[in-house]
Amino acid sequence: MATASRSVPGRARTFFQNVRAGDEVAYLITFLFAASVLLVTAILVYELWVKSGPAIHKFGFSFLRTTTWDPVNDDFGALPFVYGTVVTSVIGLLLSVPLGVGAAIFLSELAPPRLSNTLTFLVELLAAVPSVIFGLLAIFALVPLMRSYIQPALIGAFGWSPFFKGPAYGVGVLTASIVLAIMMFPYIISISREALIQVPREQREAALALGATRWESTWDAVVPFARLGIVGSIFLSLARALGETMAVTMVIGNDPKINASLLAPGYSIAAVIANEFTEATGDLHLAALVELGLVLFLITIILNGVGQLLLMLTTRQGTAKS
Amino acid sequence: MSASPRSGLTGKEESLEGPVASKQIAQAGPKLRASNVDFFYGKFQALHNVSIDFPENQITALIGPSGCGKSTFLRTLNRINDTIRGARVTGEVVLDGDSIMGVDVTELRRRVGMVFQRPNPFPKSIFDNIAYGVRINGLARRSEIHEVVERSLRRAALWEEVKDKLNQSAYSLSGGQQQRLCIARALAVDPEILLLDEPCSALDPIATSKIEELLLSIRDQCTLIIVTHNMQQAARVADLTGFFLMGRLVEFNKTDIIFKTPAKKETEDYITGRFG
Amino acid sequence: MLRIWRRAVNNVMLSLTGICAFVTASALFLILGYLLWNGGKSLDWNFFTKLPLSPGELGGGMANAIVGSAKIVAIAALLGVPVGFMSGVYIAEFSGKAMANVIRYSADLLNGVPSIVIGIFAWTVLVVPTHHFSAWAGGFALSLMVIPVTLRATEQFLGQIPQSLREAALALGASKWKSVATVIIPAARTGIMTGIILGVARVSGETAPLLFTALNNQYWSKGFDEPTSSLPVMIYTHAMSPYDDWHRQAWAAGLVLLGLVLIANIAARMVLARGAASQRG
Repeated sequence: MATASRSVPGRARTFFQNVRAGDEVAYLITFLFAASVLLVTAILVYELWVKSGPAIHKFGFSFLRTTTWDPVNDDFGALPFVYGTVVTSVIGLLLSVPLGVGAAIFLSELAPPRLSNTLTFLVELLAAVPSVIFGLLAIFALVPLMRSYIQPALIGAFGWSPFFKGPAYGVGVLTASIVLAIMMFPYIISISREALIQVPREQREAALALGATRWESTWDAVVPFARLGIVGSIFLSLARALGETMAVTMVIGNDPKINASLLAPGYSIAAVIANEFTEATGDLHLAALVELGLVLFLITIILNGVGQLLLMLTTRQGTAKS
Repeated sequence: MSASPRSGLTGKEESLEGPVASKQIAQAGPKLRASNVDFFYGKFQALHNVSIDFPENQITALIGPSGCGKSTFLRTLNRINDTIRGARVTGEVVLDGDSIMGVDVTELRRRVGMVFQRPNPFPKSIFDNIAYGVRINGLARRSEIHEVVERSLRRAALWEEVKDKLNQSAYSLSGGQQQRLCIARALAVDPEILLLDEPCSALDPIATSKIEELLLSIRDQCTLIIVTHNMQQAARVADLTGFFLMGRLVEFNKTDIIFKTPAKKETEDYITGRFG
Repeated sequence: MLRIWRRAVNNVMLSLTGICAFVTASALFLILGYLLWNGGKSLDWNFFTKLPLSPGELGGGMANAIVGSAKIVAIAALLGVPVGFMSGVYIAEFSGKAMANVIRYSADLLNGVPSIVIGIFAWTVLVVPTHHFSAWAGGFALSLMVIPVTLRATEQFLGQIPQSLREAALALGASKWKSVATVIIPAARTGIMTGIILGVARVSGETAPLLFTALNNQYWSKGFDEPTSSLPVMIYTHAMSPYDDWHRQAWAAGLVLLGLVLIANIAARMVLARGAASQRG
């Protein structure tokens, strides 16, 4: 620090030293804070790994394959929870994507600007609604609806198939999926809408100039151009749905069994952790729950990573290069 | 209905000479006629009282400095400006005797094709790009589409270069090739008029000359209207030229006359490079 | 004819997508409507001032949950905002590209952690060693969710400040840290504030991280070292209970919570919009 200022006379030297010292201090302080973020993330991963150690040690990979969840006999298998998590999220996606992408198309391409902005604002506010509130409404508004009308109707129409069997409990995998679908709307809509808005105007005009109708130009030219961004939004929404705890816990039925019927109760990873963690019987039980948390974490990392990658590919010169 | 071009500013009629003029008179009328066209972006008036007759199977160039309205005018001819909010057109544009405001706009755009400033192929294969317009307009049976695609690519002088990679993405082509692809795509729906909005401005000289050759070769099948800021290009390819300045058509005549003996001082100033 | 079919498809799809947009937008109104109807009935002065009573006894409230939430969220903000903010400043102003990417990835990772797993982590770090649940633990858990949001907002809005402003400050003789502190950060303050408000509002509604950190409490919690009740957890336990009376309390609490969160969100967005407009001049 002193080398450059050796040639500069007395007071100026001190001034420069102070100035640079101030910068160095600022750098150090902000660096420490930033490093703490790194540190805490690393510790998080580490702790998850360590605390699930006993379960990993005892069950190994079969943890993901077995279906018994028996705290009394210390026998734990994750499959029912993975199944429930995946099924509710996927069905939630299936319900939410058509509605969400359709809405995004309308808001980005077909609606006049002021209407589009207002509706987008309302949809984005939906993302701010806490999960427990969704759960509250699910228990008291959706479940009775399911029990009295929707599930009986589904049983009546499709009861012959294995997917819609069984009594109309009201709660269950399908109910949880519907709640998840509603919670996923804002993410799918806002990210897809952004991707669609970024499509260059010339793509739409090229289709129109060939005699396409407005819908044809949107569906055949604009949407394909934005497809990576739209798929990215799906991955990101899926990641969020998988980690969703409260709303699902409140309506999934809490039954650790795998059942083909969507109307049957099930269980999700987040739900079982929420329900059993504070009353875990013994270290192995706790370790198994932590391991479940680790599994969930890993899945969401992968999905988020893929989603971010797809979004990055869209912003770089559009999706067409792929 | 006189078949001669009109100057927007003075309303004076300037007659053509020789064989071109008699051919004009023998026709029933111009292929496309614009009369007293005004154009507004919100409150700003971009075009003032523009009137032009475009004769069939001729290449007409529209030249002028940046922002003079020539692209805006071109885009009114296939009503692609309809998609811009706050855009408003008054006056009349008549295609083969029918006002373009009256016909179904998708049908209009099939008959009046457009090639844009920057190549804009769809994120599809080369084949599907060309086939797109054909498919949505139902212009050919499934079995005939391949034939139509080949024909269009030949007309656009691109067939030899892409015939072995029709299923590759259109983005694998160079800029000049992509623009010829866009021309082939536009030609595939058999338009009567082709509008070209500075089609070579993003291309190198070699690609430019290929496209100019191709335009001259399709002139007898199609009426071409090309907007260009490159005067040499207008001199090379166009039969007729119109000079725009600040939203007005200053002069319109055979290309030779415009470039050698322009009638208006503004035209002369622009041609000789006195302003941009 | 093909033309008629295409026009029909055009109109049908236009309407369908419009319906999709309206349906999804109306979900918010449905939720709000339900809460206003059911929650409004049960909201009274007692709710804000009294402690919860056993089911069946009327006149109880959730005063402790309101105060508890405030305590926990305050801790979360006090811990999370400075860390996120300073880290954002580091990435945007001081660090090299590689380090910035590492920190950013780390924050994104933290952001993607499911909230229940955040709860597990806070439990292992604070509850296990001290052998009791506390507001500290709950606040710490929530702070982990505040950090990434604050970091991203800070980085984003600092990044939007044009380089010319930085150079102008330096050209006047200001040291780097001074120019950042006195010129750049104030220029970005609206956006950063908005991001912070939105982030804190979001965590105030989180339930899962509190389930095994702050736990719950039917009474007042003294200080920050005891299990502490919070609005979200109260809503959860009361909604899942079999008592009608508690259900009504849950509705009221839901209305209060959602009201606070929505007001914070709308206010923050309006501030942001106005800030952006004034900057454009």
